[in-house]
Amino acid sequence: MKIDCKHVWQHISAYIDGDVDAALRAEIDLHLEHCEICSAVLDSTRNVVVLMADARVFEIPAGFSDRLHRRLDSVLAEGAAGG
Amino acid sequence: MTKQQVSTEIQATAVAREATAEVIARILAGETQLFHQLIKPVERGVFVMLYMLLRNETDAEDVAQETFIKIYRNLQNFRGESKFSTWVLTIARNEGLGWLRKRSSRPEEPLEPVLDESRGDFTPALLTDWREVPPEALERKELRDCLGRAILGLPPIYRDVVQLRDIDELDVQETADVLGITPGSVKVRLHRARTMLQKELVPVLKSFAPATKRGWFGRRV
Repeated sequence: MKIDCKHVWQHISAYIDGDVDAALRAEIDLHLEHCEICSAVLDSTRNVVVLMADARVFEIPAGFSDRLHRRLDSVLAEGAAGG
Repeated sequence: MTKQQVSTEIQATAVAREATAEVIARILAGETQLFHQLIKPVERGVFVMLYMLLRNETDAEDVAQETFIKIYRNLQNFRGESKFSTWVLTIARNEGLGWLRKRSSRPEEPLEPVLDESRGDFTPALLTDWREVPPEALERKELRDCLGRAILGLPPIYRDVVQLRDIDELDVQETADVLGITPGSVKVRLHRARTMLQKELVPVLKSFAPATKRGWFGRRV
């Protein structure tokens, strides 16, 4: 079976996650060898996924953790968990 | 992933779950200070989830505090059937949705527009060459803002899966559990979300890629 570009795009996300079976992966790999469009689509999508996973994109506010744990200290002082 | 890697990962998960169960048992037995340690790994995930829902840092922080207090008071209800982080994120999401509902002028109506999932253009941006934007580029605030805006601009059902899968790095089943949808839906939505982000961000990201070196005859090297 030879797959076309649209077929490759449908599986880009699963391909990135390693969630395609060996036969389909081999087909996609073969297609990517000669299709510069699909290679660039794959590379750019993977790049977006890596960048947005970076903790710097959504930073927690300065002092968030300190304020949270101080508030919790007052709750913990009231008594046992589950009560 | 090889069978051995899968087996090692399952064992590591089991060990981590046992350790969490032990810490929870000690907290419930009176060592309450251990609660600080228990929630450290999930603080960021809870804040990000609430920030994405409420779109305001102060509100997200307030609801995050209430969420952790609720978790402490209901710790005995954690049965260990899911990972602790999945349980916590589910509670955080419900707290966030409850907060939105309380502030909605029409609380009986759905909070988010119902999206027709069968419609939409999920074709990626087509290009013939891609110069990778390295993670170091995230030192630039403009890039962080572009990515943040693009994620927040996704329709909520797609934003949710991106947040849980790609930002919090939950697996497909855990994501499905938090959102109350099937693993198949998680995969479909994640695929569409990533395609939408690629389409929107490719033209923007190009300007953040390092300049290419030119070799002889003007070819890139």
